[in-house]
Amino acid sequence: MKLSFSPEDEQFREEVASWLADNLSGEFECVKGRGGPGDEHHLVEERKAWERKLHEGGWTCIGWPKEYGGRGASIEQQVIFNEEYARAGGPGRIGHIGETLAGPTIIAFGSDAQKQKYLPGILRGEEFWCQGYSEPSAGSDLANVKTKAVFEKTDEEGAGTWRISGQKVWTSLAHESEFCFVIARTDPQSVAHKGLGFFLVRMDQPGVTVRPIEQLTGTSEFNEVFFDEAECDASDIVGAPGEGWKVAMGLLGFERGVSTLGQQMLFQNEFDAIVKLAKANGAAQNPALRQRIAEAHIGLRIMRYNSMRMLSGGEDGSLQKEAMIYKLYWATWHRNLGKLAMDVMGQESEILEGAPYELGRLQSMYLFTRSDTIYGGTNQIQRNIIAERALGMPREPRG
Amino acid sequence: MDFAFTDEQQMIRDTAESFLSEVSTSEAVRAAMATERGYDSALWERVCQEMFWQAIHIPEEHGGMGLGYVELVAMLEQMGRYLFCSPFFSTVCLGVNALLVAGSEEQRAQYLPEIVAGKTATLAYAAANGGWGSDAVTATCAADGEGYRIDGSYRYVTDGHTAELLMVAARADCTAGDEGISLFVLPADTPGITRTWLPTMDQTRKQAELVFDGVTVGGDALMGEAGRAWPQLARVLDLARVAVAADQVGGAQQSLDITVDYLQERVQFGRVIASYQAVKHKAADMMLKVEAGRSALYYAACVADEALQGGSLGEGLVEAASIAKAYCSDAYFFNAGCGIQLHGGVGFTSEYDIQLYFKRAKSTETFLGDASWHRERIARQLLDGEAVA
Ligand SMILES: Cc1cc2nc3c(=O)[nH]c(=O)nc-3n(C[C@H](O)[C@H](O)[C@H](O)COP(=O)(O)OP(=O)(O)OC[C@H]3O[C@@H](n4cnc5c(N)ncnc54)[C@H](O)[C@@H]3O)c2cc1C
Repeated sequence: MKLSFSPEDEQFREEVASWLADNLSGEFECVKGRGGPGDEHHLVEERKAWERKLHEGGWTCIGWPKEYGGRGASIEQQVIFNEEYARAGGPGRIGHIGETLAGPTIIAFGSDAQKQKYLPGILRGEEFWCQGYSEPSAGSDLANVKTKAVFEKTDEEGAGTWRISGQKVWTSLAHESEFCFVIARTDPQSVAHKGLGFFLVRMDQPGVTVRPIEQLTGTSEFNEVFFDEAECDASDIVGAPGEGWKVAMGLLGFERGVSTLGQQMLFQNEFDAIVKLAKANGAAQNPALRQRIAEAHIGLRIMRYNSMRMLSGGEDGSLQKEAMIYKLYWATWHRNLGKLAMDVMGQESEILEGAPYELGRLQSMYLFTRSDTIYGGTNQIQRNIIAERALGMPREPRG
Repeated sequence: MDFAFTDEQQMIRDTAESFLSEVSTSEAVRAAMATERGYDSALWERVCQEMFWQAIHIPEEHGGMGLGYVELVAMLEQMGRYLFCSPFFSTVCLGVNALLVAGSEEQRAQYLPEIVAGKTATLAYAAANGGWGSDAVTATCAADGEGYRIDGSYRYVTDGHTAELLMVAARADCTAGDEGISLFVLPADTPGITRTWLPTMDQTRKQAELVFDGVTVGGDALMGEAGRAWPQLARVLDLARVAVAADQVGGAQQSLDITVDYLQERVQFGRVIASYQAVKHKAADMMLKVEAGRSALYYAACVADEALQGGSLGEGLVEAASIAKAYCSDAYFFNAGCGIQLHGGVGFTSEYDIQLYFKRAKSTETFLGDASWHRERIARQLLDGEAVA
């Protein structure tokens, strides 16, 4: 075990830090510490501009291979980048779905044409993506998707168009996105994991309607997305028809959580804000709150050590135990942090910044953390997965 | 950065596992814990001669293996898993650490080879119910000719009734807190020392009370500087906390594993109880605790390693030790407690081993500061801007 970084890596750290110090200022001062779940709807244009600025410096998609415009950064360098980004107060990345989900999926499973068509837009911070998985009848039971994709052949070479019809729901940032990756049924007779396709769909077309859903925060970061014969070219299906499930799931194993370090930096910013408030309003003298603040600090540190273990883990890409607990761990930790923030605010926690429903940052964070234990696999589903895959306990019966 | 065991570390871990699974069986643990001594002397001799574990992080110049804290922690985790009854913790994690941190060149050259040869040791500093900080030191010391005279009593001393070598803290009259504390090393049979075994709820680790009544030692017994030993003692205690956390991770893991084994066998309502979701989810929570605890532990082990080698990461020892001890204390207690519940009635019998883990979880939780003690220490750093030792 070795926790220190090499001199080259330390030099890389200086490079990142000085670029951020020079650039995350002036017109970008306002985005410091902003964005991310719960604050996603704020300063959207400014944060999009920041994505382009990052690209100018060569700081988007640094973990992608060089041939696709990334830096081919090592795991260590990605860790360092995320640490320095956090230290500098870098805003939540609006392009994270493209950079960490769509892009790597295309790199791993996509055709050359797809790589040429889609990767540069993600890299430049100009094209944003959303994830079209969930449907009204396919939540935890994701394999139950009903959205259909029907192929219209135009010649014998395989050219033609897929027509996609159905409804997606809870689609985050669909209203800000140029593209959506959609899983839909290519074989109408099929059930469960079989007969699905993975499609790259342009949002700006007549067959796609985005309707915002108002959340309990009063804001709308996710949407319903209706597909009515939406078009997707034959060249825009990733993998073969029927292999969509494999593509959708394939990345989980390889990714090993580099992107989670980006999330931890936001958590650190939130935690620091709570500590600052506690010192200012006297909550720091309350013994019960002191215990919970220390517990939150301990929890966040361990989250980081756990990711470091994940990142150093098996080269074969298999998901190790420390990786299997990760979602359940961070979601539960963050939900507790939300509650802690309100308890530190005390009586002021109820009072909003304004009408009709203008939440302060910590208030918004608090409400939003209630979704952390739901999206991306609920806590219950995580526990099923851990019990079955890591502990070898019997699988849940299916209806 | 590579936050995973090296091949050599993995080998040390695996060797410990296979040896302990053979010698530290449930029967062996129960036989050892029923004795006042608390361990099987023949087995300890075997460990010292064949396995050479007592020498693991003693420098090679003193006849040791010269390995680091990560290797030590890898082994301790397995000892916790198998509830290994031995003077290893007291001798190596208290005694050797105290000599490494606070011993003079001469003291190390004299005592470390003795420990390599099989001598046992322990550390005594805390009085009855005085907490685990510097205030716990109430024994006094005063200059007496060329040497010192020590008076007072110590409780909760791990293996205090059997250890052959003692390291003890005492303070100058009219001093309080971190001030005035000195550390001494002396043979346990020095005249004036009364040692009494204290029966404990967790019988797998023995504790004693030591009473010093006009004990006189030479000037060469003093470790470090007279009256200024607290920072060194504090460092020894933090190193020991990391070692306790290792024991806890091992115990938390075994609590989970033996519970899952039981769940897979026991049938109720026509199904193995492992198939019920309420039971699966509890087991998943137990796995989360032990894996997160392990992440905290391995980080603390790397920090402890650098603290002993003088690396820069070592500056974070206080925080890393508190994080590991706080989290692993709670994790072990949670896992062993859930373990009893998921076993049903048999979990409440003395026959099933889960009760042994439950008791060990509580004793390790209390020892050297429970979770809330360590959280308060972190809170002082975070909220009061204090540098805490
Ligand atoms: C803020 C937010 C953003 C989201 N963004 C996206 C997005 O961008 N793209 C996307 O595709 N989806 C997105 N989702 C959808 C999210 O993935 C689903 O909400 C989630 O998978 C749960 O599905 P569901 O809402 O249908 O709940 P259900 O599956 O109906 O679950 C309801 C309750 O039943 C429990 N439950 C269900 N099955 C089991 C079981 N087998 N065992 C035990 N308990 C069970 C669940 O844990 C939950 O408590 C988002 C959701 C939220 C809240």
